Amino acid sequence: MISGIEILETVKMIKEHHLDIRTVTMGISLTEAISDSAEATAKKVYDKITFSAGKLVSVADKIADMYGIPIVNKRVSVTPISIVGAASRGFEKIALAMDRAASEIGIDFIGGYSALVQKGISDSERAFLDSVPEVLHSTQKVCSSVNVASTRAGINMEAVACAGKIMKRAAYLTRERDGIGAAKFVAFANAVEDNPFMAGAFHGVGEADRVINVGVSGPGVVKTALESVGDGDLSVVGEVIKRTAFKITRVGQLVARKAAELLDASFGIVDLSLAPTPAVGDSVARILEEIGLERVGAHGTTAALMLLNDAVKKGGIMASQHVGGLSGAFIPVSEDEGMISAAETGALRLEKLEAMTAVCSVGLDMIAVPGDTSEEIISAIIADEAAIGVVNNKTTAVRLIPVYGKGVGERAEFGGLLGSAPIMAVNPLSPAKLISRGGRIAAPVHANKN
Amino acid sequence: MKAFITVIGRDKVGIIAEVSSLLAERGVNIEDISQTILQGMFTMIMACDISDESSFGELKGALQESGDKLGVEISVRHADIFNAMHRI
Repeated sequence: MISGIEILETVKMIKEHHLDIRTVTMGISLTEAISDSAEATAKKVYDKITFSAGKLVSVADKIADMYGIPIVNKRVSVTPISIVGAASRGFEKIALAMDRAASEIGIDFIGGYSALVQKGISDSERAFLDSVPEVLHSTQKVCSSVNVASTRAGINMEAVACAGKIMKRAAYLTRERDGIGAAKFVAFANAVEDNPFMAGAFHGVGEADRVINVGVSGPGVVKTALESVGDGDLSVVGEVIKRTAFKITRVGQLVARKAAELLDASFGIVDLSLAPTPAVGDSVARILEEIGLERVGAHGTTAALMLLNDAVKKGGIMASQHVGGLSGAFIPVSEDEGMISAAETGALRLEKLEAMTAVCSVGLDMIAVPGDTSEEIISAIIADEAAIGVVNNKTTAVRLIPVYGKGVGERAEFGGLLGSAPIMAVNPLSPAKLISRGGRIAAPVHANKN
Repeated sequence: MKAFITVIGRDKVGIIAEVSSLLAERGVNIEDISQTILQGMFTMIMACDISDESSFGELKGALQESGDKLGVEISVRHADIFNAMHRI
């Protein structure tokens, strides 16, 4: 029998400490939609998405009701469109079909307008990449990603240069809304095929036809649990985080299995994420401060984050049958009240964020930079992140928003879950020659494992 | 289905009567009940068996309405969420 204390603990986690299921994402294979005309492909894409995920929102709402836990986002990820549209081209038409399908079934985002070009770019992928900025401008719900590097392939610097251009152009086309187009695009190293989170979700070609992946959350729960530790040493801190992550993940596992059952889909993975929101009490930065920093960004931040990220994984792995996705603490600046506050006061800088990405999931995320930042500098930031990911055999990502007409000290407003961000300073020294050289940075020696 | 109902708020006359008569009207069997005052707040937990699962949404709405009337917070959750979180 469950004790009263345990029942109240669960109720408090949900009611007072923002425990929620951050996303239930259905991955849908679109390989059967491949046709020789863009119109035919677009129609099949629309039909497959609306057929497979037509009940996603109502089922998620039913589960939320039954267990009394909010399910914040309902999303769909699809097979990378660079593959689906390679035969027909007309990528924009497919994107519009995705957008219409997403509106029809009532989800908030659809991911998979993506290309995997970590080693080389084919002709059709080049045409696809050219279409990305305009698609981010002309659609509401379509998210895009590009994998520019992997531990096995190294870093494709042509793709890195291309990703920098896409970010600049998407931000320019949506400059009236502080460059929100760039907030729907992410450049990856070691992209994963079962990520439920946007903007980087896509459905890998090795996946089943319909798969449910769930991302959990709960920074507020972890922070509250840590408040009870007092002056306990860091072994105690790690233990408390592990126990809390276990409980959070068990709820994710329960929801994922139920959703898969009711939607006649396979259960994929639970993503052991600590995903913040701009709400007070739902911040990863505040956990790091609770561990013992005056402000996030202080020396010691990377060590505290390593402890947090590792403990979340250790607690979560035992709680779920299958763990995957990005799994770890997220540090998106615009979506975390504590990060925003630290960036505004100058406590947190881009260079420190880069160091933090070496020990956590996932990368430089939702960071607003001055609109006049050159595309070479943005590409060089992507290359630096890719290098961290490739050498450490982990996923890293860059989602930067160059905000046209605004500079350091001003603020970009994206609204909703994307939040608002202070514009952060970027080192203005030129990396143009590095970027213009092209070619590939070879895979590191430890990639040769066979 | 097994469910837990929690009632949290300021103690007053008639809370148990109101909630249990609401459950009786809907054929929900109360299997266990406990109440205590925690940090000055009245806290009641009821373990229930809801035979008609399809009426869960309606029951939830009715409990919330009662809660509003009594000035307490009443919620009902499937037992699985507590089992998942607290039992291996």
